[in-house]
Amino acid sequence: MTTPHRTISTLSGSTLAGAALLSLCSASALAASPQEERWDMLRDMYFSGRTVEDAGPLLSLEAPKRANDAAVVPIRIVTAPEGGVQVTAVHLIVDENPVPMAATFRFAHGDSPQAVDTRVRVNAYTNVTAVAETVDGRLLRTTQFVKASGGCSAPALKNAQLAVARMGKMKLNLPDSIVAGKPLTAQLLISHPNYTGMQYDQLNYYFIPAHYVKTVAIRYNGAPVLDVQSDISLSEDPSIHFSLVPDEQGTLEVTAEDSNGRVFQESWPIRANSGS
Amino acid sequence: MAAAATFLRPSARAALAGVWLFVWLSWAAPAPADPLPVFEVAPGVFVHAGRHEETDATNAGDIANCGFIIGDDAVAVIDSGGSPTIGHRLREAIRVHTDRPIRYVVNTHMHPDHLLGNAAFLPDQPDFVAHGNFQAALAARGDHYRQAFDAAVGHAAAAEVRIIPPTLVVSDRLELDLGGRVLDLVAWPVAHTDNDLTVLDRQTKTLWAGDLLFMERAPAIDGSVLGWLRTLDALAKEPAARVVPGHGPPSAPWPDSAADLRRYLGRVVEGVRKVQAAHGTIQQAVETAAADEAPRWRLFESYNPRNVTAAFAELEWE
Repeated sequence: MTTPHRTISTLSGSTLAGAALLSLCSASALAASPQEERWDMLRDMYFSGRTVEDAGPLLSLEAPKRANDAAVVPIRIVTAPEGGVQVTAVHLIVDENPVPMAATFRFAHGDSPQAVDTRVRVNAYTNVTAVAETVDGRLLRTTQFVKASGGCSAPALKNAQLAVARMGKMKLNLPDSIVAGKPLTAQLLISHPNYTGMQYDQLNYYFIPAHYVKTVAIRYNGAPVLDVQSDISLSEDPSIHFSLVPDEQGTLEVTAEDSNGRVFQESWPIRANSGS
Repeated sequence: MAAAATFLRPSARAALAGVWLFVWLSWAAPAPADPLPVFEVAPGVFVHAGRHEETDATNAGDIANCGFIIGDDAVAVIDSGGSPTIGHRLREAIRVHTDRPIRYVVNTHMHPDHLLGNAAFLPDQPDFVAHGNFQAALAARGDHYRQAFDAAVGHAAAAEVRIIPPTLVVSDRLELDLGGRVLDLVAWPVAHTDNDLTVLDRQTKTLWAGDLLFMERAPAIDGSVLGWLRTLDALAKEPAARVVPGHGPPSAPWPDSAADLRRYLGRVVEGVRKVQAAHGTIQQAVETAAADEAPRWRLFESYNPRNVTAAFAELEWE
């Protein structure tokens, strides 16, 4: 009596285990698909009718696995054009954010490698996606998953009054040693609250209007270096690291415009040591 | 007789539990809550010490200190706990000690672990008291907090959450009279958050610092690290003998117990400035700044990377 019973229970046990394994697998398959579904929607929205290929080594994206501070998630994008490919622009997309397209960076020198660092807000567990555009119209995509941060870290301003008081102020950080003809990395900071427009004032029953940096044009000695089109997914006080090849004497000019039509301008002389 | 249940077969026990769950769910009226354990740190000043954990279904958001002060005429609640459940239990604890009316619920700042218990006090029709920046800061984060609470504690508990706007706003200083007992409220410039409010009970020289003071549990910078250090300087001059921290023991000597926090915040600033001087990245700062503080704080790994990131963005504008 007992033996067959035990056999059956063992069998059913292993069947159960098998079923559990299956459901685990299907669960993970299911977990992956909403992200892909989201991407399919975003692709149709931003790149309607165009093919988006895997970027491979031409484009890389660095993001922390977990958003330490939901309001300030550092992202690095690096292009590595080779074999005659020219990367003219990179779109940065935070898939799950209310306005997913965070920024588009347009490079003046698409034939040379470019590195851009910036910071984004992350609302929820999300893929962060970079899509490069080549001069011949190809779209190349790479993506990385970022976990959202803990319970009291919200993608919101920490010091709302200061953010408004300092609006439009800019800073340029340069390396200590600058050599003419050698690429350098500079950091541009623009103080701006970058209000998202998603915040509902529950006391006064209105949405705090969106107010954010919309375009940033960086010129060196009159020639374009980088043009940025940005939106509310960029962190407050937008920060952009970019590459530049300096002459011995030169001037860097930045013009930024926000969504209220306010224009901010600043310029800095850059002195380089002779490269010879 | 009570032992009978232990002899039931597991399936029967599960079924019985199911029945009880059903009965409990059918009776929507809240069962009388179990009073929160509180400690009388000074005459008439009661504090419940929260756990050094992240909010989850088991602790129901009981992760921050909360409590109350009893005057001759009325009671003031100082922070209401991290969920409506904790709020109900705090209310029961008050009723163990007094039946005087609960006239004020003071929120020391907009973080959910300190205010989601507010809903439990709605029947008392108290004044909800907060800093002048509190409402804007909470409005910007309310949905996020609600979702995070829902994910951590569950739908049923989250359904009870109410984001309640303050009815009494402190822009600088305010006195609350509880009858023979005056509380001095001070609204501080940006520090832990941009809406930190402290309460000083004149009678017992007890300072409720809210999250301007973290002890044992790793602090969270959600305002300004430099502002926080400045505020700690100013707060040290408050005429208090003891302090009730936002996280930590029910009470501690003031101002000595701020030493660990000051040292930690100083280490963050120092570490971030060092990386910035070398044109380093946020990630490099996250890996190095204040790293030697790790053994001194609970939940350090959950908060230090975030603090360093926030401090990095702030200190770039020095």
